[in-house]
Amino acid sequence: MGRVILHCDLNNFYASVECLYRPELRNKPVAVCGESELRHGIVLAKKQIAKSYGIQTGEVIWQALKKCPNLVILKPNFPLYIRFSKLAQRIYSEYTDLIEPFGIDECWLDVTQSTGILGSGRKIAYEIKERIKSELGLTVSVGVSFNKVFAKLGSDYKKPDAVTVITKENFKQIVWPLPAKDLLYVGSATEKKLSSRAIYTIGDIAKSSPEYLKRILGKWGEVLWIFANGLDTTPVIPPLFEDNIKGIGNSITLPRDLTSYEDAEYVIRMLSESVAQRLRQQCLKCFTIQVWIRDNSLFAITRQEKLQTPTFLAREIAQKAFEIFKKNWSFKSNIRSLGVRGLDLVCANSFYQLEFDSLKKFKLEQLEKTIDRIRKRFGHTSVLPAVLLTKPDLPCEIALHNKIHPVAFFK
Amino acid sequence: MRKIFVEVYAHFSKEGEITPISFVWLDGKTYEIDKIIEKRPAASLKVGGQGIRYKILVRSKMLYLFCDENRWFVELG
Repeated sequence: MGRVILHCDLNNFYASVECLYRPELRNKPVAVCGESELRHGIVLAKKQIAKSYGIQTGEVIWQALKKCPNLVILKPNFPLYIRFSKLAQRIYSEYTDLIEPFGIDECWLDVTQSTGILGSGRKIAYEIKERIKSELGLTVSVGVSFNKVFAKLGSDYKKPDAVTVITKENFKQIVWPLPAKDLLYVGSATEKKLSSRAIYTIGDIAKSSPEYLKRILGKWGEVLWIFANGLDTTPVIPPLFEDNIKGIGNSITLPRDLTSYEDAEYVIRMLSESVAQRLRQQCLKCFTIQVWIRDNSLFAITRQEKLQTPTFLAREIAQKAFEIFKKNWSFKSNIRSLGVRGLDLVCANSFYQLEFDSLKKFKLEQLEKTIDRIRKRFGHTSVLPAVLLTKPDLPCEIALHNKIHPVAFFK
Repeated sequence: MRKIFVEVYAHFSKEGEITPISFVWLDGKTYEIDKIIEKRPAASLKVGGQGIRYKILVRSKMLYLFCDENRWFVELG
């Protein structure tokens, strides 16, 4: 028996949840946007009606308003979206325990073993679709196929509130005529490279030779050929079996541009506090520090350096990150976003070479752990480095800005 | 259709099951729930919201009572 994979994609998720709680907005063009005062002012999700005006996700608010002056703009309510995401996953879990989330509103389900009891993949898909509608008041598009890539294509194929079944028999008719960019991992740069060689559809990718694609796109060329021919065998992996964490990082788009090293040091310190705290929570230390900088023209660079010994100390992370920053940024343009990340993670209790000042470091670790306990009891801002109180126009804590990003397809 | 938030008196079983017993209506009077006909998770598309929906009988009148994240409301036609 072949695999039966479902990909469930909640339609216009954020906007649909908002409209569920505000029925008066149901027939109006609605978009959920980031907060423009904090310069996160882009469209995060939009309703079908807003889409008909040409509004796109990722667009800046003023551009969206130009296309549709009556657009109703709502602020995001992430706790509510997370609640609905969990409720949807609870429904999925009644059909299989092999559920792999792909972001907040998408999941793959491997229902191969359930088909004997609950019926075909198509039947399960329709049942899930109806339950999501009646129990959550949302619509979902479900793709049913024999692999994850085609299941995802199926859920994108017909929207909203639809089920698309892609089988080994019909995939050439359904999948191959689709544009190449619809295939997972074909971004705009890859699409350009492909179209310059007259490869326009998924079928064109499938009919090219893997060696030729490899020459154009490197190893990804071969992967895309496998995807296009329906040969993907990637398993559905529940988060419980996920690989170890590769890195812990935080980044922020700031309410105003950073114009000086003093500004940058402030933000790096703030980000490092969060990264260090999260490392300690996971009982991990990092060997490498990475800094990500994006200027006001959206040009971005990433630079990293290794540490002598692994650390979860905020002050050490901040010191190294600022060192990297100074080496790589000369303020020819001002900074819009900044990020700090800890990589090469090791268990916090593993052994490593002692330093001359190990005792001092041990004391500092105890101190920062104590700060964690105080923050857990009295809130993050109950203890802050004094420097983080010097710039009232910049945020002094990052925890509130943590967002959920889609996870990687390859684990 | 209107969404009326109400104060509910409920029974919490040892197993964690919640059974509403009565609620305080707009007129300030407490009304007993005569019968719970159905209980299931549902969305209220008419007045907006989502939670556990109780189809209840109060003085021969059928109502939908929702428990949405610990807030209770009635769909009023």
